[in-house]
Amino acid sequence: MNRILATSQTEFRIALRNRWVAISIAMMGLFSLVLSAAGSSATGTIGADRLSVVVASLTSLAVYLVPLVALLMSFDAIAGEVERGTLPLLLTYPVSRPQILIGKLLAHLAILTLAVAVGYGIAALAALALDRGAVAGLPALWRLMWSSVVLGATFLGVGYAASAVARRPSGAAGLAIGLWLGVIVLYDLGLLAAIVADKGGVFAAKVFPLALLANPADAFRLYNLAASQATSAAAGVAGAASTIPVWASLSSILAWPVLALVLATASFRKVTP
Amino acid sequence: MPTLTLQRLTKTYGSLRALSEVSLTVAPGERVALLGHNGAGKSTLMKIILGLIPYDTGSLQVTGAAPGSAEARRNVAYLPENAAFHPALTGLEQMRHYLALRGESAALAMGLLDRVGLGPAARRRIGTYSKGMRQRVGLAQTLIGKPRLLVLDEPTSGLDPVSRRDFYELLDGLAADGASILLSSHALTEVEARTDRILILSGGVLVAEGALADLRRTAALPVAFHITPRAGAAASVAAALPEARVHTGNLTLTCAQEDKLRLLSRIMALGDQIADVDMVPPSLEDIYSHFSKRAGQ
Repeated sequence: MNRILATSQTEFRIALRNRWVAISIAMMGLFSLVLSAAGSSATGTIGADRLSVVVASLTSLAVYLVPLVALLMSFDAIAGEVERGTLPLLLTYPVSRPQILIGKLLAHLAILTLAVAVGYGIAALAALALDRGAVAGLPALWRLMWSSVVLGATFLGVGYAASAVARRPSGAAGLAIGLWLGVIVLYDLGLLAAIVADKGGVFAAKVFPLALLANPADAFRLYNLAASQATSAAAGVAGAASTIPVWASLSSILAWPVLALVLATASFRKVTP
Repeated sequence: MPTLTLQRLTKTYGSLRALSEVSLTVAPGERVALLGHNGAGKSTLMKIILGLIPYDTGSLQVTGAAPGSAEARRNVAYLPENAAFHPALTGLEQMRHYLALRGESAALAMGLLDRVGLGPAARRRIGTYSKGMRQRVGLAQTLIGKPRLLVLDEPTSGLDPVSRRDFYELLDGLAADGASILLSSHALTEVEARTDRILILSGGVLVAEGALADLRRTAALPVAFHITPRAGAAASVAAALPEARVHTGNLTLTCAQEDKLRLLSRIMALGDQIADVDMVPPSLEDIYSHFSKRAGQ
């Protein structure tokens, strides 16, 4: 346990020096501010409080931004050690590879939590300042916060796996961006195309819900929108899948970080210094 | 019980034999130098001992345990060739981290850095360090705890002569406390006479083993004489020593160790035709390349 904590302490210090802490917080803060400014004009007619509406907008933002920030922080984790030549020495220490990964994960999760708390905090404060009734949206905000951190953990793990597979930071960065594009953007487009092409409706009824649950980002969106019952404020894929039970999407978002860490450990084990 | 035991250890990369049936033992307190060209298999051997890469056949025990096992890693310290660290950390932070990984108190960091002469630079980022300073951070981290085996890959590269002497003094102290030391180098001159035993690895084969004096005797390399004739006497000297090679008026000839006195008296017999004579015994480099070349390198 001490070895894990020592690793995360050092990793956090490195991230602080490399400005990753500042960059993540600034990114989340800035986007949240823009979002609450843009969203403040068109409310009142939906029947939901202002904070619930903000949470719905933040959910669509988090789906893109949280995985991106997580991948940006993690792609260098192993490939960087390989390139700097620090890995062989580290692996002769009495610390196991999973311990190294968990140490890095804790540090990166702490940074992500900070960024999410600051970003969502800004948006929440803005909503609360304008609407007293916004307090009703606080549980939804809390849910969004922790599920964002869990989503981040998934993509941190995926980023470590990419980092271990690529072995070089440049390759790992490319792989991370490719993964982001594939899992977050193209996956949904593919699903939409399949629905449009699907004549008999078998795909929409059977495959589509499972396909959404299999993708950690879609499961995250489903969980937050279904749980906050603000689906009316959201558009797109999630609106069409309101039939998926909350426990299913919750299981998916909780299972993914574990799966990603297992994947990362397996890839890291294959790296020979 | 020996700290390190290798028996007929073999490692191949595809069709390339990186190590071929290497056997060796290192006793507690023994300082062993591993010599060889680039690509002779030194780093491969070290990485196998550390458990970083697997081996194919043979057997290997590190402090009585399997290489890379938790037990072995607790007892073994490693200094990689071109020791590298994260440039954003200070020397002190890096040492604290390594201490924590070995379960030692972080408060020892400053003392360790002082021992390698890095005390004044401890609070500067490693990114600003010179190669020699990074090498010392690497050395300082091998002193953590009480390692029973130190594996040092070209530890003196990047060190100036004074630091190199300090380094060997540090090793003497560690060996006196019972630690075994296995260090690599690509030149005999680098390891000076500060190791108990020398191993020469060539093309993955252990071609020579022994103390420096043993190697010198086994190699039995010829002694060279450089003769400067007096002005005008060059032709007659060359005639008296027909086996000598003439180069810009000077003569060079070689003979076996046991013949050197006989040859010297022949040269002395030429009296005042000779201006100067130098006798050159085989250098450390000659001895080293003798063994390295024998394996067909």
